Order: sequence, then C-alpha cells, then structure tokens
Amino acid sequence: MAGQTLYDKLWSQHLVKERDDGTALIYIDRQLLHEVTSPQAFEGLRLAGRKPWRLDANLATPDHNVPTTLKERAEGNAGIKDPVSLIQVQTLDDNCVEFGIEEFKINDPRQGIVHVVGPEQGATLPGMTVVCGDSHTATHGAFAALAHGIGTSEVEHVLATQCLLAQKMKNMQVRVEGELGVGVTAKDAVLAIIGRIGTAGGTGYAIEFAGSAIQGLSMEGRMTVCNMAIEAGARVGLIAVDDTTIEYLAERPFAPTSDQWQAAVADWRELVSDDGAEFDKVVVLEAAEIEPQVSWGTSPEMVTGISGEVPDPAAQTDDTLRSGYTRALQYMGLAPKQKITDIRLDKVFIGSCTNSRIEDLREAAKVARGKKVADSIKLAMVVPGSGLVKRMAEAEGLDRIFTEAGFEWREPGCSMCLAMNADKLGAGEHCASTSNRNFEGRQGYGGRTHLVSPAMAAAAAIAGHFVDVRTLEEA
Amino acid sequence: MNQFERAQGIVAPLDRANVDTDLIIPKQFLKSIKRTGFGVNLFDELRYLDEGYPGQDCTNRPLNPDFVLNQPRYQGASVLLTRRNFGCGSSREHAPWALEDFGFRVVIAPSFADIFYNNAFKNGLLLVTLPEETIDRLFAEVEANEGYRLDVDLENQRVTTPSGEILEFEVDAFRKHCLLNGLDDIGITLQDEDAIRVFEAKHRVARPWLFSDSAQA
Ligand code: SF4
Repeated sequence: MAGQTLYDKLWSQHLVKERDDGTALIYIDRQLLHEVTSPQAFEGLRLAGRKPWRLDANLATPDHNVPTTLKERAEGNAGIKDPVSLIQVQTLDDNCVEFGIEEFKINDPRQGIVHVVGPEQGATLPGMTVVCGDSHTATHGAFAALAHGIGTSEVEHVLATQCLLAQKMKNMQVRVEGELGVGVTAKDAVLAIIGRIGTAGGTGYAIEFAGSAIQGLSMEGRMTVCNMAIEAGARVGLIAVDDTTIEYLAERPFAPTSDQWQAAVADWRELVSDDGAEFDKVVVLEAAEIEPQVSWGTSPEMVTGISGEVPDPAAQTDDTLRSGYTRALQYMGLAPKQKITDIRLDKVFIGSCTNSRIEDLREAAKVARGKKVADSIKLAMVVPGSGLVKRMAEAEGLDRIFTEAGFEWREPGCSMCLAMNADKLGAGEHCASTSNRNFEGRQGYGGRTHLVSPAMAAAAAIAGHFVDVRTLEEA
Repeated sequence: MNQFERAQGIVAPLDRANVDTDLIIPKQFLKSIKRTGFGVNLFDELRYLDEGYPGQDCTNRPLNPDFVLNQPRYQGASVLLTRRNFGCGSSREHAPWALEDFGFRVVIAPSFADIFYNNAFKNGLLLVTLPEETIDRLFAEVEANEGYRLDVDLENQRVTTPSGEILEFEVDAFRKHCLLNGLDDIGITLQDEDAIRVFEAKHRVARPWLFSDSAQA
C-alpha cells in the first residue's frame, strides 16, 4: 500500500462517519471564535434551544474591531468609538458568558489576533482539527493540525455537534528546496508560491509545504506560509512535525504536561507524510531563485520580485487575465512596465495574522534601527499580534527602535489588515503592508495595498518607496 | 434553510474573474450581528460612487451607471453569470447572505472558491458550475439579448436557455438533497449523535491531551 500523506492521517484520525454520497462527519478538537463571524451562530443556537457540545474545545477573543491606540484601549470596550463595532464586541462577551466559553477579553494581556493567540497559548496542537470562522485558520496547519476556515453556519454546526460536514480534499505538495537568500523571508516564499500557482491553484486541495527551505523556517515563518495557503485557494496548509514544532510548544499554557507531554510528543512524531506517499499534484520551487516580493495588483497572485516591473496587460494573451490586469493597474494607479522600486508609498502597516509575531517585529526593527521614516510617509504603524507579543517586544526594546524611527507602536488587533476599526487607508493611498490581501478596498475605500515582508515594509517606510532590503544589508 | 427547486429569471452578467468576498460585501457591513439586510450593500464599492457605511439609507446615494446591476435591462435579475474563482478570499457568510438578500437565487460560473461554495449551499443559494466555453457563450447571448432569462432546474440538474438548449450540471447528492428539502445540517448531524459520542470516547482515550478536562498525570 502506498504511504499516507500527513493530510490523509489527520483526516482518518478524525473521521466519525462517512456517508454514501461522499460527504463525511469529522470531529473538531478546537474552535476559535472572534466577534465578526460568531454572533449569528450563537443566535442560531439560542433560537433552536441548543447548547454547545463541548465547552473546553472553544476559545474566543475579539480582534477585528478593537481599536489599537493606547488611549482608546485603556477604556476597554468603552474605548470603541464606532457604536456598531462596540455592539459586536459586546455581543461576543455576552455570548461567551451566556454559553460558558473561555474568552480573552479586550484588555486581557493574552488577547490578540485569533491566529496568533491559538498557537501562542498552545491551544493549537499537532494532530488537532482546528476551525474558526475565518479563512486564515490555515495558519494553524504550521503545527500539522488540520485547520481551516469555515462560514458562520458551520461555526454554529461545530458549536452544536463538535463535528463538521466535510469532503476529503486532494493532496498537493509544494516544496521549496535549498536555502532562502539573506533578506528573503517566509513571506517572500509564500508570495512566490502564490505567484506561481495562482489564487485558485490550490482550490480543492490541502497543501503540504515541504522541502529544506520550509524545514529551515521557525514556527513564526511556517505560520506565515500556511496563513497564506488560502490566498492560493487552498483552505488547508500543512507542515510536518519536527523538533522545531515540539520545542515551540513545550510549556505553553494549554499544552500537555509531564506524562501526557511524553505521550503526546510520541504521537506527534508520526505526523509527517510517509515515504512514498502520493500527492495528486507536486510543485517545486528553488529557494535561491526567490527574491523579496512585492504585489502590484489587486489579487495576491499579482506579485513580482523587487527587481521586477509592473506587467504590461497588452502582453497577456488570455482575455480574462488581460482585462483583470488592466482593471488592476487602473485601480492601483500604476503604469505598465513601471519599476517596482519607483512605486511611492503613503502609509506602511506592519501587522496582521501573517506577520505580527515576535520574529516579524525583530526583522522589521533590524531594518528600522537608527533610521528615520521618510517625510513623505503619512503614517507608519506597527501592530503586534497579541498582548504577549507586545510585551515581549517591549522587553527587547523593539518598541523604542520603532518609535525613535517614527513608527507608531500600537495595541494588538487586526487593525489595518482589513480596516474594520479606525485604522485605514484613504482613497488612492499606496501602502506597504505585511498583511495577506490586496483586494480592492480591503484596507480602506480606494486604498492601494502592496503585500511585502516585514523587513521590506520597514525598508520602504524609510526610503518612501520600495527598495531591495538585500542592498541595505550590504551597505 | 431556504429551499430551492427551480428558478427562472433575468440573468445579470458580471464579467470579471476572481471576484472576492471583500468585493461582494465590504468589511464595514460585517459589523451587523444579523443575517439579513445586506442586499443594499451587495457589491457596494462597484455599485455606488461614494463610500458606504453600515446602517445608512442607500436610496439617495450616487449610483455608478456603468455597473451592471444598475443598468435598467438587468433590474430584477435573479441569476448572476460570472467568471472563474468567484467568491475567493474571506470566509464571510455575509457574501451569500448579501447575494440572496439582493434577490439572486443562482450564480453560474466556471469555478467557485471552496469556502464560499459551502456557505452558499448552506443558505439556499445554488451555485452552478459550467465549462469555460459555455460561460463565454452565455455571456455573448446575455449581452446580445435584452431580457435574457435562464431556467435553472435543480431536481433535473439542468439549465435551459431561451432557445431551448439544455445545459446539464453536476452537484453533489447530499447538497442537492438538503437544498431540495430545505434541510438544516445540524438536525441531520444530530441524528448521528451516538456515533459522535462513540468516536469522542475513543478519541479521548487515544489522545487525552486534546481534552482539557481529562486529568493530567
Ligand atoms: S489579521 Fe487580517 S487576515 Fe488575519 S484574522 Fe485579522 S482581519 Fe483576518
């Protein structure tokens, strides 16, 4: 028999029942909840008179709507100026109390973006099935957990039944072989992957990221890669367990201890694809060929290397692609063949569930140290992913490096990744952003997002336009 | 869940690939804690010339005359014809809620994003996948004929064009069954309550660390 892939193993470990029609019930070990996609689910439970199946499987925190300035946050929920946002956060609090679910509230030091909080707490463990009403749940796959985003009806379904109706996906392996160059990060690798396979390339697949360049990444870097699997169309991104995974989890608050830890580690060691496991599709990239990436368009696949230029729509042969490129350039206010390094920026955002962990902040701080944000930049902000990341960064003095360089140092939350709170782009403004989506209007009405790594964002803040971080490091 | 058997209606062509959920319903409208009322803000950034905010009266907002849903010939459309990878991006179920609330019952495209696909079926919105060449042809027919309508029959898995041409489509049996009968997934799953309990008990023995109430040694 051919070996099993990591995805196959996780699937069969959670299979409750297969139906004749090809759908299956899979058991869910962890559900993370936030304020945006849960209210209608709790309301559904209430209307049907149902109770959560298993309370200890759930963990909640508000993240999308929370303000990020110290002054507002000092007031707790009362600091949320937008009354509609306030109701949403308040509703999460009320629902968690009513149903008995553990929540890290707005000013709990453990609060943060759900996808930063779960792993940081050890609430995400290898071999788990993890769901959240949020497409970036793929992040947790970095721990060899079968993790994917679900809609609100499914959130309600998991609350009520501890199961999800699912169909088995196909297996894809994306290998990045060799070593990433100096100044080239996990973010660049994943943007290059998306540029290669496209935003729908992973639709219907669970992608396992492998190869020496992936194995060489820290857990933070692995989370960045899996986070953006959804930007390649795959609901699930996975990375096999190794020493890096296990070391990261030791002594996390929700992780097992003593004897259970030993048993768990032994179990987790099996969470790798077997030799000879067959994948339906395999894609291989050479790490050495990946340079720092910058997105130029309105879809994450519209991306190129820092030495590249904006493409010319006229050169595209596919009609749909050509009209898509034309529309993107118009929206982005860019000219065909414009050099990436000539794109001038108005704002810089370092944060989001893709790049707001301690390592991301360290990389950005390394570039910003002793420099000044360019006068032409209206706002450069750093938003840590959680209260604990913020404390750690402050203990290392990173906040001082940022503020001395002219960056704003904020409180944790999703912030300008999707601009549901007060942090947003104005119409026409270009932003170097470490987030994951450059869709039209994502960071503010008419705003123009360019996706980059934390180091590239910091370098762009200082130069006022995109620059190759690799040249800075040589200087 | 809403039931769906058959829809006959005007077709609106949205000639664009990779329509993401941010475009379908921009984030500021996700602040609502209800499931209804999203229709007026469907495609908000394409439909209006100003920036929308939640709770606003949209009747006097400036409309973008070039946007397809604002053109007189597509008023009352219940079938949306579009390009590949429709519904990519975020998991927001507000996207199908907005499409339905606006009056769409069917979306036809060459392909759909996975999470959106699930969300749509759970809300009684039928997604029909047809080959790219067929979609190209439908676009041409819709644009050439004002008042172009399609008849979408889920039971028989057929789309019928005004000229009587029949286009067959695939849909998985479980989703079809739920949609035809308006069945609620949770109710169906709870019929398997015993199987879930049996699984859970075994899972707890095999991997006690996944249950925080299992005593740690
Ligand atoms: S940081 Fe952005 S992508 Fe991540 S959960 Fe928040 S809004 Fe979604």
